[in-house]
Amino acid sequence: MAKLNQAIRMALHYAEENMGVRDIFGQDVGAPLGGVFTVTQGLKTTWNTPLDERGIISMAMGIAMTGERCVAEIQFCDYIFNTIDLLKIAGNTNWVSNGNYTLPMVVMTPVGAGIRGSVYHSHSFDSWASRLPGWKVVMPSNSLDAYGLMLSAVADPNPVLYLKPKALMRVRSDELIPGEPEDQRELGNMIDQPVTDARHTWKPKWPKLEDYRVPIGEAKVTRAGEQITVVSWGRHVLLCNKLADTLKAEGHSVEVIDLRSIYPYDWQAIKRSVKKTRRVLFVNEDTEVTNFAEHLAYRVTQELFYEIDAPPRVLAGKNLPGIGLHPHLEDNSVPQAHEIESAVREILAEVP
Amino acid sequence: MALSSVSVKSKMAKKKTRKTLPLSKDLLLHMHSLMLKSRVLEERLIKIYKAGEAFFWIGAPGEEAFGVPLGLLVHKGQGPEYDYLHLHYRGTPTLVAMGMPMVDSIRLIMNRATDPSTGGRNFSNHYCYPQWNVTPVSSPIEVQYGLALGTAQVQKRFPKGRGLSIVTGGDAGTAEGDFASCLVWASRPKRELPILITVQNNRWGISTDFESQHGETHIADRGKAFNIRTSVIDGNDAIETYMALESEMAYIRKTRKPVLLEARVSRLYGHSSATGANLIPEEDCLKRFQKTLLEHDLLTEKEIKALWAEYEEEGRAAQEQVRAEPAPTAESVWENIYVNSENGDWRKF
Repeated sequence: MAKLNQAIRMALHYAEENMGVRDIFGQDVGAPLGGVFTVTQGLKTTWNTPLDERGIISMAMGIAMTGERCVAEIQFCDYIFNTIDLLKIAGNTNWVSNGNYTLPMVVMTPVGAGIRGSVYHSHSFDSWASRLPGWKVVMPSNSLDAYGLMLSAVADPNPVLYLKPKALMRVRSDELIPGEPEDQRELGNMIDQPVTDARHTWKPKWPKLEDYRVPIGEAKVTRAGEQITVVSWGRHVLLCNKLADTLKAEGHSVEVIDLRSIYPYDWQAIKRSVKKTRRVLFVNEDTEVTNFAEHLAYRVTQELFYEIDAPPRVLAGKNLPGIGLHPHLEDNSVPQAHEIESAVREILAEVP
Repeated sequence: MALSSVSVKSKMAKKKTRKTLPLSKDLLLHMHSLMLKSRVLEERLIKIYKAGEAFFWIGAPGEEAFGVPLGLLVHKGQGPEYDYLHLHYRGTPTLVAMGMPMVDSIRLIMNRATDPSTGGRNFSNHYCYPQWNVTPVSSPIEVQYGLALGTAQVQKRFPKGRGLSIVTGGDAGTAEGDFASCLVWASRPKRELPILITVQNNRWGISTDFESQHGETHIADRGKAFNIRTSVIDGNDAIETYMALESEMAYIRKTRKPVLLEARVSRLYGHSSATGANLIPEEDCLKRFQKTLLEHDLLTEKEIKALWAEYEEEGRAAQEQVRAEPAPTAESVWENIYVNSENGDWRKF
């Protein structure tokens, strides 16, 4: 029952052992820290970079131009914004060269609020990322998916942006990663670097991990239901699942879809579900104006208008310049459990 | 009489003091032929633009004495054992020296489906030749300095004597952060990268002059702070440039460490068609090289004219051929967004 950060670490270990990854790099990614969320501890191909996000993305693009596979990290997505034209170029390289140059690279970065991260450790990037054609964009909500999406990202011949919900880094999954020991303490003893002086001589003992892929572009129904579809990704999937369980006791049947891939997205899964439930709510924490979910809601309106009983709705982060540190501020900036519940109840109560 | 005797005397003095050129006759004539070919091609591209057969021209007339030696010295091939080229949009002389046929450059400026670099998607001089490690040229004038780090990082794993990464750019673009990134990352202690970092300093950024924006004496001086080997050369002197590039590239292959080389060059037709693409009275590196070759009796005016006519005819015929070639189809916008054109259009998800 690995934590999300352990799951990504194990995936990266699998990738450097079996998938040709020879460079995993970023600020504080290498020893001694192994990443600010310990995602890259104990790996053999990690290295520390200068504090230069543009340099990090450029390095990844150049490595990918040789055909080698690499994983680069931007320490927090709040600091990715000065690389946006490089991200655009990485996304357009295959297209503008008419297929001459492909960039098989992975950029991972922690996203979202939920850890009292203040103005520059709380940004979201999913909606921004959806405007980067040429990139695939994924965002896991649990450890098994985190593992499987990372292996798919590394194997993909296109640039893949791997968004890590930072509030979930230490959340355990209830599913085992293939090869992971069943005892979570045993796993911790094997792959978590000690915080004592022993860290200087410590070496991880990796479990015998297996190949496991979550196909990019494939959503997952995390709660089956009949009366309303709730589509989310990242940490809000957990809130939506919990709400579905709560409402079930009241006799409401809520279907939850974990989109998992922002782009390309699984329209067929959304369509199938909404045709069945006839009501849909999209939940995510990026800001609400030109939010990616608005595209999905628009598509529902265009393609399923005569098959729905209520207007499609988007519950997203408020359109604010940042997330304020005080809990009063943060909690009033990104969707909270009670707000999701209110929205679901309101949509369920709509009479066509 | 007096005048004529002076002239005879000076002619004799010139002959006596004339230095032997440090490169072989064959190489010098080959360089000249390629420089002339590149110039004729660029002037053809300008004509194509001015005749309304292209939307935009940008290119490299005036940089032949730098670009041709560079192209000749490249260890040409595909993959990290060979040199990578991260060029800016003044790369025609280098590509001509590497063997690009004129017709490919014309296909690019005339946006044909047959354009091997971009399939009709991008401006002139935005070359891309994966078979020669020429990575896609993009219009942002700084990003290539960062991309070179990545190819060099992989090349560093190969033994000495093997591939290096070459990056070119203009003086104005060095103000961007990516140029500084290149210096910082290429010179990390014990992790130096085999990169030939070059700046073609023509002393202009479109209409803004170098003097009004640069406090540094030489751009190359910036490398000194990072313990990077630097040099400033006369990029209008084809022979000096060839010798400098040859020795700097040999140093990088041997040490696997970076070099920052600044070449002073001319910009003979302005920035691009946006500034008119008219001939500007700056030093012409081709004429200067021709003068040297004529003085050394390696070439005659007649041979220059014949060569010019030959390339002019090649360019003219290529343009005629390209006119008849197909344009990209409208539907092709959806191609190659992703590898194998999967997931192009979200309407089909």
